[in-house]
Amino acid sequence: MTAHATSPDTVLAHRRGRWHTRTRSGRRPPFLLIVIAALTALVTLIPFVYLVDRAIELGWANVRAELFQKRTLDLLLRSLALTGSVTFLCVVIGVSAAWLVVRADVPGRRVWQVLLILPLAVPSYAAAYAWVSWRPSMAGFGAATLVLTIVSYPYVFLPVAAALYRLDSAQEEVARSLGWRPWSVLLRLTLRQVHPAITAGALLVALYVLSDFGAVATMRYEVFTWVIYGAYEAGFNPSRAAILALALIAVALVLVMGEARVRGSAAFSRIGSGAPRPQSLMRLGRLRPIALGFLMLVVGLGIAFPAWRFVYWIGEAFRVSTPIAEVFAALRQSLWFATLAALVTIVLAVPIGILAARYRTRTVMAVERSTYVAHALPGIVIGITLVFVGVRLLRPIYQETPLLVLAYVVLFLPLAVGSVRSSVEQSPVRLEEVARSLGSTPRRVLTRVTLPLAAPGLAAGAALVFVATMKELPATLLLHPTGTDTLATRMWSFTSTTNYAAAAPYAAALVLFTAVPTALLSRFLLDRATGHSDVVQH
Amino acid sequence: MNITKTSTMNAYMRGRHLIAGALVALVTLGCTGTTASSTTASSSETNVKKPSGSIIVYSGRKDSLVEPIFEQFTKDTGIRVEVRYGDSGALAAQMLTEGSASPADVFFAQDAGALGALSKARLLASLPSKTLSLVPKEYRAANATWVGVSGRVRVLVYNPNLVANPPKTIDALLSSEWNGKLGYAPANASWQSFVTGLRILRGEVKAEKWLRGFAANEPKAYASNGAVRDAVNAGQISIGLVNHYYIWERISVVGEANFVARNQYLTAGDPGGLLNVAGVAILKSSDNKLAAGAFVDYLLGKTAQTYFAQKTFEYPLVAGVPTSVKIPKLTSLKPPKIDLSDLDTIAATQELLVKVKLLTR
Repeated sequence: MTAHATSPDTVLAHRRGRWHTRTRSGRRPPFLLIVIAALTALVTLIPFVYLVDRAIELGWANVRAELFQKRTLDLLLRSLALTGSVTFLCVVIGVSAAWLVVRADVPGRRVWQVLLILPLAVPSYAAAYAWVSWRPSMAGFGAATLVLTIVSYPYVFLPVAAALYRLDSAQEEVARSLGWRPWSVLLRLTLRQVHPAITAGALLVALYVLSDFGAVATMRYEVFTWVIYGAYEAGFNPSRAAILALALIAVALVLVMGEARVRGSAAFSRIGSGAPRPQSLMRLGRLRPIALGFLMLVVGLGIAFPAWRFVYWIGEAFRVSTPIAEVFAALRQSLWFATLAALVTIVLAVPIGILAARYRTRTVMAVERSTYVAHALPGIVIGITLVFVGVRLLRPIYQETPLLVLAYVVLFLPLAVGSVRSSVEQSPVRLEEVARSLGSTPRRVLTRVTLPLAAPGLAAGAALVFVATMKELPATLLLHPTGTDTLATRMWSFTSTTNYAAAAPYAAALVLFTAVPTALLSRFLLDRATGHSDVVQH
Repeated sequence: MNITKTSTMNAYMRGRHLIAGALVALVTLGCTGTTASSTTASSSETNVKKPSGSIIVYSGRKDSLVEPIFEQFTKDTGIRVEVRYGDSGALAAQMLTEGSASPADVFFAQDAGALGALSKARLLASLPSKTLSLVPKEYRAANATWVGVSGRVRVLVYNPNLVANPPKTIDALLSSEWNGKLGYAPANASWQSFVTGLRILRGEVKAEKWLRGFAANEPKAYASNGAVRDAVNAGQISIGLVNHYYIWERISVVGEANFVARNQYLTAGDPGGLLNVAGVAILKSSDNKLAAGAFVDYLLGKTAQTYFAQKTFEYPLVAGVPTSVKIPKLTSLKPPKIDLSDLDTIAATQELLVKVKLLTR
């Protein structure tokens, strides 16, 4: 349900393989930046501390009893099965779609590029309701796989499309001149070159699936998040919830480290990023109708189907009453929270992002990675943690906007950090060095050189956080100021009583206002991949 | 207790970043501080003062059902009501986490189970006997911490075009003639309360046997009671297990002539006819117990009871308030006798439902 995952364009950074040069410059990270970054990271670790505290409150024997039982093993296997199948399908769909719209002669490539990214705007619970309101008996592994694949394949599509744009076609030309057939160029060369983008995208999908609740709850497929919710809301057993949440973090850490290992060697096989040159498009010939059919199917399932369901239910809604005023009130509230969350998160992400891009010391890497701990957790865990901490230590802002915004920061900081880091990495460090040598103070370099150069990336990061906040539900339900409603909470309130007609206008407004920044984001990321916004090529 | 916990934590964190350890101490300190303050938080009540000010209500009942009556309360008493809507279980989890620092004054819950969990955690204040005595003994907590407001019974909703003589007991549903023709809402709290009741009334073994028989009849699963009702009405299935008011909710919109499905009430004492209540409680930590008490009394007063009887088609629990003419009297139904406080073992019910493959796929 919580739509958090790392920025798709962290992937761009992965392909750079530059970090081993950073510390060699001999500069020490600025103390102030380190302090701010470390404080921010500490805040995002509060849920972890709270969970450990709760997990062991009934003693270690209880921890062992909860963990080492067959049911937990079943849960683990089901979670892994779902994560595996969704990730696999997302890779297949994301990579083929990206290749088709970037490197093949499919008509309307730029339109397809935007359409294919749009499912990112549909919250998993909304997508699931679209299906269930159509076929009430849909449930189980297959249904959960379908919904999660459709809403999360863009996490693979976007970075892979960007990577394909950046590929230097010289190597392919060489391969072809050596007599390789087009298909073996694709499979043996092109896909290998974008492989870091694929694994990074796959990691985002996997983390998203692990922390999702909306789709698995609606499709009644029992995985970790489902049982964590059950432990809170039906078992009234926060210890059990905490133990399972820590197990979930462990699984996520294994995935993160596994991805780093797979990517590790590939990251240094850096491909020369000379001036972008026109890439030749692969002629599909007789396969073209099949390719078009495939794209239509993906866009149909991801966008056209939910849109059709929402329009249908809106029609029903307006036959009963016109709740325009309430929809607008909820929309205003959603936009306000999302804007605040986006601004605060990006401001806090700047120190960590700059450090991670420019000074890859051990401390910096520890700080950056620690922001990911909260990232693997379902929203309700973050929500409950901030209920606990907020009511005791931050009473004046409990159930007020600032604490809710803090929850969004904890949930979505990695999205912003990834964007800041990759955009700072992309701007040449030499410009900063020149500014320094001309006598600028470090602060002046930061405000006059580094930040302006990274501005588009900051905007992209803010847009990602904005979109994720609009879709967020469980933490919002726990922490919103009493008496306020967002699009997501209104929609939840109606769908939980199966009043699809009343829920539809909220769902439609939510998707519409999330789709706009998503589309802008995709254009920005793909344009940047083609080199339009790079100031200096080097 | 807290000291031991801190030392364990520090041992655990030894060798890690100092700052992380400090954070643990900070959070643990937070717990300690609250425990200390909760002991001094006992407030003295005065009976002469008139209730006023405002209260915060955590409502597990949906706004569409209860908002009109909340507004009426403010109009009649001048007491402002701030409401947090949510799922009863989620709100209970939130209050359990907030502990004695909860901003809530009143918890209005959809079912007795969530109230029972708070009562066990000693977060609820005792209600005055004057309030409790308005409602029959079986519809309130034995330890006086909560009181039922309105009741609902489980029924079979059936399609008269497909079924001439609908079953009157849950055991009759296991007949093979209903194979593939039944519908239920596996994730719904009322269905799970019914199963909890079944476990209490018949014991774990017999309850599991019935559930296995039910599963063998391949019932169709729906997202909610409303979806079950609609499927029966549309003839997609013949019989559904829901609460009694679902058809009336729909009929009040489209009219009785335009709605096909009807209710079959179960025979006296059948576990399938379980009565569950929506109930209300006052938090021990409330800083306006006087107004909270006025709110509880208002929900048990004639205006609110009549509202629940006539507008939401529920059973009023206070004597002297007539049930809607559309539904049979509670006295004629004789639902199974059960201690509603025992319905809080929902987690065990869910595990059983998973085991017999009725909850998940």
